[in-house]
Amino acid sequence: MITLEHVYWLTGLMMLGVAIINARDATNPRRLNNTAFWGIYALTFLAGTHLPDIANGFLVIGMVLVASIRGLGQGKKESATREEREASARAWGNKLFIPALTIPLVTVLGTILFKKINVNGSPIVDLKQVTVISLAIATLIALAVGMAMLRPPLLAPIKEARRLLDAVGWAAVLPQMLAALGALFAIAGVGNVVTGIAERWIPLDNALVVVMTYAIGMAVFTMIMGNAFAAFPVMTAGIGLPLIVQRFGGDPTIMAAIGMLSGFCGTLMTPMAANFNIVPTALLELPDENAVIKVQIPTALMLLAANILLMYFLVFRH
Amino acid sequence: MLTLVGIVIVVIGFVLRINPLLVVTIAGLATGIASGLGPLEVIAAFGKAFITSRYVAIVWLVLPVIGLLEHAGLKERARGVVAGLRAATASRVLLVYFTIRQITAALGLTSLGGHAQMVRPLIAPMAEGAAENQYGELPEKVRHKIRANAAAVDNIALFFGEDIFIAIGSILLIRGFLEQNGIRVEPTQLAIWAIPTAICAFVIHCTRLLLLDRSLRADIARETDKA
Repeated sequence: MITLEHVYWLTGLMMLGVAIINARDATNPRRLNNTAFWGIYALTFLAGTHLPDIANGFLVIGMVLVASIRGLGQGKKESATREEREASARAWGNKLFIPALTIPLVTVLGTILFKKINVNGSPIVDLKQVTVISLAIATLIALAVGMAMLRPPLLAPIKEARRLLDAVGWAAVLPQMLAALGALFAIAGVGNVVTGIAERWIPLDNALVVVMTYAIGMAVFTMIMGNAFAAFPVMTAGIGLPLIVQRFGGDPTIMAAIGMLSGFCGTLMTPMAANFNIVPTALLELPDENAVIKVQIPTALMLLAANILLMYFLVFRH
Repeated sequence: MLTLVGIVIVVIGFVLRINPLLVVTIAGLATGIASGLGPLEVIAAFGKAFITSRYVAIVWLVLPVIGLLEHAGLKERARGVVAGLRAATASRVLLVYFTIRQITAALGLTSLGGHAQMVRPLIAPMAEGAAENQYGELPEKVRHKIRANAAAVDNIALFFGEDIFIAIGSILLIRGFLEQNGIRVEPTQLAIWAIPTAICAFVIHCTRLLLLDRSLRADIARETDKA
């Protein structure tokens, strides 16, 4: 059976390739930093499952020190000039879209088909992780299609991956780091402290105020944790269930559905949701790392107001 | 109250623009120590949490093939396609993508998008291409604004589409959590009550996108005045 572990091996091998290419690139003044950073990251994918927690902890701290002391650099060589790319685009035409669109299509097909295919009664992939595994398989198929079509040198894909990954830099690891921080927040009970503060300082004897506290609390707490999934249990146990449902007789289904979506408004406004908000600024080569958040804030605030009104008028109707 | 030290560190770190990896690590270690763990225990807890969160990084597997295609002119081709369409503007390109992304997410097809695999190689170049078509060579600032908008469209359409699909993670989380608290809810009911917000998201963001062309035009006029 294909599991998440196999996908991690694949990711580890790619990171290792990126580290090796960096080691051999004399045009990057910080090539050793880059090599160490992606090399350690590769190790966490290849061996992380079997290493003791403390060893993994020191590996992570090693990566952070490499990235923050002197920092990472980038090789100078452009892989192709704009003229070359434009000529190639003319030559290949719309065929170039085939491998690119293979990724989403095969991922979607995989998530549907793997659930239906059995070999001797057991599925061929770990169904709990079917989307991620399908994505990994889709990238391999798309790569095979791309290689067969374009016939580039064998090492071209990993060199190109190196170029893009170094352009993103340490931001590539930030989402994972923030997920780890969220786990530590949960261990330490940060959520209960926040709910305690809300209960002490906000007058919670008016239905509208309670709905506002719950919805805004979801958004703010999501901004702090970077993830609505972390905010939902805390805010719902602290304010939603005892006040909206039990005291004011609100409908738990409507409250929970709109409450989660209020949390998503928070996701749009926080650098802590790095994979949605910070990574794209690196991928799109934007100088301002808050550029995406700034575009999203007006929509997020208007939508949060809409959620409060929707919840207030829907949750108490009988 | 000491438990909140991590939040304070994160806020200060982001404001002072210290390397976020360092800020997050220090915040994590400080939170652990504040909650009574020993230094080595905290490092182990952080290591464990990092390792169990590795699935977040799987998306980078798309880079080899996307890089290869970019080398072969994928972005240039994406621009070229839009340049052939007279009616295309940056607003309209993003509106079409928003609609497709929200509807497909609502059908559970959340992987039909993403910043690395769709926005960078296809959607952003198409929106830029449409604007170039109208105004010629674009000032850097305008280019950046279009790209930031392309990324925002992917996020907003995804967030407020996916909850209409009954088997998505957030619906399962809500259901599981309420069940622990003795309340049984149907996933289909949760999905139905996600629809009003989804409609509001569509109306609000698409209205803003319709106004984007006008704001780009104003930006370009201002930039050319300066030059």
